[in-house]
Amino acid sequence: MEQHELRMTVNGASRTLLCEPDAPLLDLLRHDLGLSGPRFGCGLGLCGACFVLIDGQPRSSCDLPAWAAEGRQVTTVEGLMDGETLGAVQQAFIDEQAAQCGYCTSGMVVSAVALLRGNHSPTEQEVKEALDGNLCRCGAHRRIVGAVMRAASEMNGRSTR
Amino acid sequence: MSRPRPAPAPRPPRLPPTLAANPVLADWLDLGEPGVVTIFSGKVEYGQGVWTALAQIAAEELDVSLRRIRVAPVSTATSPDEGTTSGSRSIEESGASLRQACAQARYVFLSAAAGRLGVDASALGVTDGEITTDAGGTGLTYWSLAGGPGRGLLDRQAAEPRPAKAPARWSVAGRSAARLDIPDKVTGRPRFLHDLVLPGMLYGRVIRPPGAAAALAGLGDPRLPSGVVIVRDGSFLGVVAPADRAAVASARAVAAAARWDVPPSLPDERDLKGFLLSAPAQAVTVDEHHDEAAAASVTRTVEAEFTRPFLAHASVAPSCAVARWHGAQVTVWSHSQGVFALRGAIAAGLGLDVGQVTVNHVEGAGAYGHNGADDVALDAVLLARAVPGRPVRVLWSREDEMCWAPLGPAMLARLSAGLDAGGRIASWRQDVWSNGFIGRPGSGGEPRLLALAHLAGGRPVSPAPDGPPTGAMGSTRNAVPGYDIPDRVIVRHRLLSMPVRTSSLRSLGAFLNVFAIESFMDELAAAAGADPVEFRLAHLTDPRARRVIEQAAQMSGWAGRAGQRDGAGLGLGYARYKGSAGYCAAVARVEADTGVRVPDVWVAVDVGRVISPDGVVNQVEGGAVQSASWTLRERVSFDQTRVTSANWDTYPILRFTEVPRVEVAIVAAPGQRESGAGEVAQGPVAAAIGNAVADAVGVRVRDLPLTREQVARAIEES
Repeated sequence: MEQHELRMTVNGASRTLLCEPDAPLLDLLRHDLGLSGPRFGCGLGLCGACFVLIDGQPRSSCDLPAWAAEGRQVTTVEGLMDGETLGAVQQAFIDEQAAQCGYCTSGMVVSAVALLRGNHSPTEQEVKEALDGNLCRCGAHRRIVGAVMRAASEMNGRSTR
Repeated sequence: MSRPRPAPAPRPPRLPPTLAANPVLADWLDLGEPGVVTIFSGKVEYGQGVWTALAQIAAEELDVSLRRIRVAPVSTATSPDEGTTSGSRSIEESGASLRQACAQARYVFLSAAAGRLGVDASALGVTDGEITTDAGGTGLTYWSLAGGPGRGLLDRQAAEPRPAKAPARWSVAGRSAARLDIPDKVTGRPRFLHDLVLPGMLYGRVIRPPGAAAALAGLGDPRLPSGVVIVRDGSFLGVVAPADRAAVASARAVAAAARWDVPPSLPDERDLKGFLLSAPAQAVTVDEHHDEAAAASVTRTVEAEFTRPFLAHASVAPSCAVARWHGAQVTVWSHSQGVFALRGAIAAGLGLDVGQVTVNHVEGAGAYGHNGADDVALDAVLLARAVPGRPVRVLWSREDEMCWAPLGPAMLARLSAGLDAGGRIASWRQDVWSNGFIGRPGSGGEPRLLALAHLAGGRPVSPAPDGPPTGAMGSTRNAVPGYDIPDRVIVRHRLLSMPVRTSSLRSLGAFLNVFAIESFMDELAAAAGADPVEFRLAHLTDPRARRVIEQAAQMSGWAGRAGQRDGAGLGLGYARYKGSAGYCAAVARVEADTGVRVPDVWVAVDVGRVISPDGVVNQVEGGAVQSASWTLRERVSFDQTRVTSANWDTYPILRFTEVPRVEVAIVAAPGQRESGAGEVAQGPVAAAIGNAVADAVGVRVRDLPLTREQVARAIEES
């Protein structure tokens, strides 16, 4: 298995990784970079637990070969903090107690942030559609949608203040 | 001939059972760290919020603020053995024991302070851990009295039970508290077992057989990277590698080099009824009450059969474990729901002494019953044995999780009821066919761990037991209707062969039994010409039962419903979980045309005294959504040799755009004991959806799941 040097920006820091180019990006993030936020769920991009932002777009990382992220901006849930402060979506998940087991939460937060960057005032239906690729087995859906709606309204309040 | 019996003596108050079994106070709480109270419970957290509720109970009873409470991870080395975290019993069991242990600890500290201050203990109080008098603080605290690290004052046996604080005086318990675990989860901090990295850790993978009864016939010579170890024992095949990527690649190479005999062993998935009714079974009567007058009053008999398919746990995380051997000792990190039973099963399975095995619990993803957590723990123990001293982490693939974790059994319920001339139910007979639900490690005295079946000389996991034959346990959980019916017989038919491995899944048999009973109640109401709500209330005298039904009906606008049928319908389902625990009524609104959609579900619950109202609502919402997914969508598929619903594309669950909006109301019952909320909604929600579908399309669908195909078939056959 031949190793290559791949360069990418992860959570704002530029990284050089030595790996097989077809290794899943998720594996590099978790094992090589020690990021526990993106999580393994299915390996086929079907559940959303491993979602990250690639150049701002939400995407599964379990089925994305590392070479496809070369030269890109990769953002995990860890990179969505505002310094030491929680991002608006993260805070809203706490305020709405929007989880049961929370294994899917990282991917939910990533999808929600991507939605709110492009749509500051989504309807509930738009939130549900944006999160449709993220599975939750515990049934915390109502709370998660509520958290995203709350984050949107908090962010709007902040920007008009 | 009966002799007069002496009047029973008044029973002295008893310690809660798990405290009586683990009676040293220091085993339940530790005050060695100044300002912090560490509590020990045998119940594990898997997203149900139990640790937060237990912390609330301790804070309340000790009069300390909630932020001072820390919950210790559960371990066979340090935690009280409180059995399995299952059956919605954590607050009832561990909550009661912690409350009593804390009440006693508080009294121990007050007594010690009284001695120092030369006053009577009854003159003292506690404010956030400081001992107080009417004049204010005394400078003495729990921590100064505890005397630093060590078990100190609490190293004593629990005394006679002390009265706990009356709920009317609660200020922490009884109010929603923010869950302690959510902040880590929104930031992606390591918290799950899947995130655990130990020094020197290696990565293992198991290559499972390609069929339920497959046996390894031979292994070629796979090319593996250096440093990779193959473990082969009978049909158990695994690899250990320095990195997870290498383990995955090596497992793939080994799988390609393996030759298997794959005999057909599974029943016909398209004929589950035939399988359930033709397999050898053991029949036992679980409830029998004869009333000849009632039986003779029957003027009309109604019969029906209801089925559910095999269901998967389908947690979003596949199962994971870490194990490390040190000489003859093995330490396991697991997200099992029963670490003590797992310890016993590993020891029994490998011929070890229980003292050689330690199991530490680390949080996993949501658990809804007996999933793959225990099995993967043995996998890790077996692979780690090949590399003594090194921790080995084993993660199952999604496919292993869906195909090899125990499943919730397929079931058939055959119901027959007699109505009298006045339209009341006079008699009821219910027969339930199912594999057993009680297949956890240690059940029936057997370890019941998957890999033991694959090791050389291993035998298949024997058919799962089903627990005591009652209406509270196993496949007949909730098979005894909760209505006032004078003449009734309930029979369990437990299958004696188990081609598909089954065990506990959330609510056990209650999911199908309540679906069946409550669907049937609507059919009987129609036969009697009665409104479904009125018909139920006419057969219920328990005021708590009536209240949840009335509440759910009111929330959903039941009284004003009219003109259903043009593809839209309302339906109601009710049950008291286990016949003795929480009450739940649900109303569903469905839209049925080319498929079945459930936009709304209203749920009313009475689960007795409530520690965290939002915790209860969260559990009931989640239960309702999961039940809707089982009811509308889910069905494990298999061919003659193996389970084929191996990933989310072949085992779809409801998504954001498909789940119902769930509204939950808690019917207050502060004087009643806590009874758990995690499973109450499973049956009632399924029944509500089934009844709403019948209301919408005018035809009864009795076979789950209620897919478009099943609805179309029912319409065709009607």
